[in-house]
Amino acid sequence: MAYTIDPKRLDLAREFMAKPYGLHSDELQRVLNVMRAPMQRSGRLVALCLRRHREWALGRMHQDPLAPIARVDDRVFRSFEEIEKEIFRLRWHELTGRVLDA
Amino acid sequence: MLEILGYSDKITTRPGDTLEIKVSCEAGAKTFNAELVRIICADDFPGGAGYKVETVAHESNRAYPGRRQVINVGSSIQVNDAQGTLAPPSFTLQAFIYPTTPAHGVQGILGRFCDKMGGYRLMIDAQGALTLEIVNDGEKKTISSGIALKSRIWHFVAATFDAETGEVNLYQETGSNKIVHTEKISLTPAIPSKPFLIADGKYNGRIDSPHIFPRALTRREMDTCSVAEALAAWDFSIGISTADVTDASGNNHHGQAINLPTRGICGRNWTGEFMSWQEKPQHYGAIHFHDDDLYDACWETDFTLTLPDNLPSGIYAVRLSCAPSIPEHADEAEAFVTFFVSPSLRKATAPVAFLASTATYLAYANSHHGWRDPLAEICYNMALQLGPTEQFLQSRPDLGLSTYDVHSDGSPSYYSSRLRPVVNLRPKHRVWNFGADTHILNWLHMTGQTVDIITDDDLHEKGTALLKPYRTIITGTHPEYHTHEMLRAIKAYVDDGGRLMYVGGNGFYWHTAYHSTLPGVIEVRRAENGSRTQGALPGEYHMSFNGRMGGLWCNLGFAPQKLVGIGYGSTGFDSASYYRRQPGSFDLRAAFIFEGIGADEKIGDFGSVMGGAAGYELDMIDHELGTPEETLVLASSEGHSNAYVLTPERLLCAYPGIDGISHSDVRADMVFFSTIKRGAVFSTGSITWAGSLAHNKFDNNVARITGNVLKRFLDPKPF
Repeated sequence: MAYTIDPKRLDLAREFMAKPYGLHSDELQRVLNVMRAPMQRSGRLVALCLRRHREWALGRMHQDPLAPIARVDDRVFRSFEEIEKEIFRLRWHELTGRVLDA
Repeated sequence: MLEILGYSDKITTRPGDTLEIKVSCEAGAKTFNAELVRIICADDFPGGAGYKVETVAHESNRAYPGRRQVINVGSSIQVNDAQGTLAPPSFTLQAFIYPTTPAHGVQGILGRFCDKMGGYRLMIDAQGALTLEIVNDGEKKTISSGIALKSRIWHFVAATFDAETGEVNLYQETGSNKIVHTEKISLTPAIPSKPFLIADGKYNGRIDSPHIFPRALTRREMDTCSVAEALAAWDFSIGISTADVTDASGNNHHGQAINLPTRGICGRNWTGEFMSWQEKPQHYGAIHFHDDDLYDACWETDFTLTLPDNLPSGIYAVRLSCAPSIPEHADEAEAFVTFFVSPSLRKATAPVAFLASTATYLAYANSHHGWRDPLAEICYNMALQLGPTEQFLQSRPDLGLSTYDVHSDGSPSYYSSRLRPVVNLRPKHRVWNFGADTHILNWLHMTGQTVDIITDDDLHEKGTALLKPYRTIITGTHPEYHTHEMLRAIKAYVDDGGRLMYVGGNGFYWHTAYHSTLPGVIEVRRAENGSRTQGALPGEYHMSFNGRMGGLWCNLGFAPQKLVGIGYGSTGFDSASYYRRQPGSFDLRAAFIFEGIGADEKIGDFGSVMGGAAGYELDMIDHELGTPEETLVLASSEGHSNAYVLTPERLLCAYPGIDGISHSDVRADMVFFSTIKRGAVFSTGSITWAGSLAHNKFDNNVARITGNVLKRFLDPKPF
């Protein structure tokens, strides 16, 4: 049975927000493995760097890897870590149906 | 978008050489500026080692008229036919084809055709069906089978045209499924003054045994006619290692492969009995064409640049710039044509040489795998990022592929060429390979150590003679791709008393081939196993350039452990760690390495690349694979994350517990050993090692250890 994310486990979301990179707890790593799985039905969310070291925007890849990558919205993020966390929030919502307020 | 692109005809140069610089202003700039620069440090990241690029005064530093140059991507075979003999009034065109994208629109298979003048061709139509197209003076007749060809299945296809009766017969067969379509037309084709083409640059798939006969054959005759009866009968199993295509009919309608379609691949006769095209060429009588194949962009030269005779050896670039369309995106109106200046032959100008990993840079040239590989994000354990360069590559398939990519039809890309704009071999890009390697040059520059630059390309060609003048050779951070000639040369250098500093990780990993006659292109076939983004297909493990088996050097009898004591063992990309001293570091033979380093000191728990000296790809000792018995393990890394895992070739089967938390083999081993003739090897086994050199203004234990080793290695006193 594939692992499903428990929307009540906000402790895992808080762990990620505190330290998005490096060693994670086993349970958080399972959450991330689901979020980053090779096949993503809704199209993979990516960070589009608009200005080097300064600005990023959310993009979503098409199922066809050769297709253009569309911007998700007009928001501009000022750090890569900031957009990493936003991708986590959006995936949490997509996968659990709950808005993550963390 | 990137607004200016460029490349040169050379990448390894010497003082006095003349480079042809080719430029395209992609957004329509009317002029561009060029400037010769020396690259000391390519890393412009905030908190990085510090971007250092110096302008070199040169008469070529000025403005030039701008223009846009196009790239004709896609492979074909051109058969020149000045006499017009490949244009019989009646004809039969036949071939075996294995289309891989029959649903992707019009693709030419075989014929003599151009949009303006017309002609005739066997093709796939917009519906994916086999079609004969005949055009004359604006009038067009298409005769289609009406049935779509099947993807990745061998078909026999043929078209006959009888000029007297106007009868056309189409044959589209797969095994017992035989489709015959007959029509009569009242149009004869024009004969354009263009070459006869096999594939048209848009066709994706394989073609085997294409023939043209000077009359309309019956179906039975197609099976029984000899090649001597053909006007041309191209046999792709001849000359597989070349771009030459042989007509076996005796009529000398030989052709040339354009943009390196893939050869040495399984044809319609392949049964699995033979695994190499050299063993049974008849089983390898196909060529795989792709719409994104590219060897030579064939741009015109915008200006030439002659290197001054007194130019010091180093890494240089022509920095190109034009007025940006959007002022705040000025970075995108700047390009670098990077090249390497070695000293004049047999005239070393320094006791140490840095061996630039030009084969590795080429293997990664214009790679797309960092976002297209479905495993990329889960391997990196972080979000995928596409900068302006990557977004541009995504939008521009005409810039070609790397050896990490798959073609647009999903088949593996085995070749990579530098005769095109290579947009990721430049400063102000990722700190990976080239960018990371400049951390080493930056450190040498800071210490005042003179260094000559030599390259993989030259090493392949000149062998040990290139290394001999130097007391020490320093590698890059990730010298991953080598030919047998290169490995043999390094081994002979070390065995003969040379000193080698391998300050990287995952080195000497993939068997690579250079083409014997075409400059600037390599081949990599990722056979059997290894950390891969694509794999060579069954029966296709032998490289077309030289017939040798592709794959990992550890599977081919030359494991990196034999050369540098360690070899690739594990990988992760989310963080980096540090080393702890091991008992071997307290051996008297290693005392010089650890001068000024405390016994319990963590080594490299800092750095601008992921925060540690042990990261990305890690190497370890393995005596069974060849680590010399006398090797001292000086230090090993620890504390790697759960995103670090063992490499696939170390696993006979998959199992849990292969990550940085659970498995003790997830580590980098730093080693030292001396050789019979008093040479020596020092290896760090980590890609991020060099990213720690500049920490604390170069005052740190990574820089100290590296400096201690270099100082002793430059001392002629034997080990």
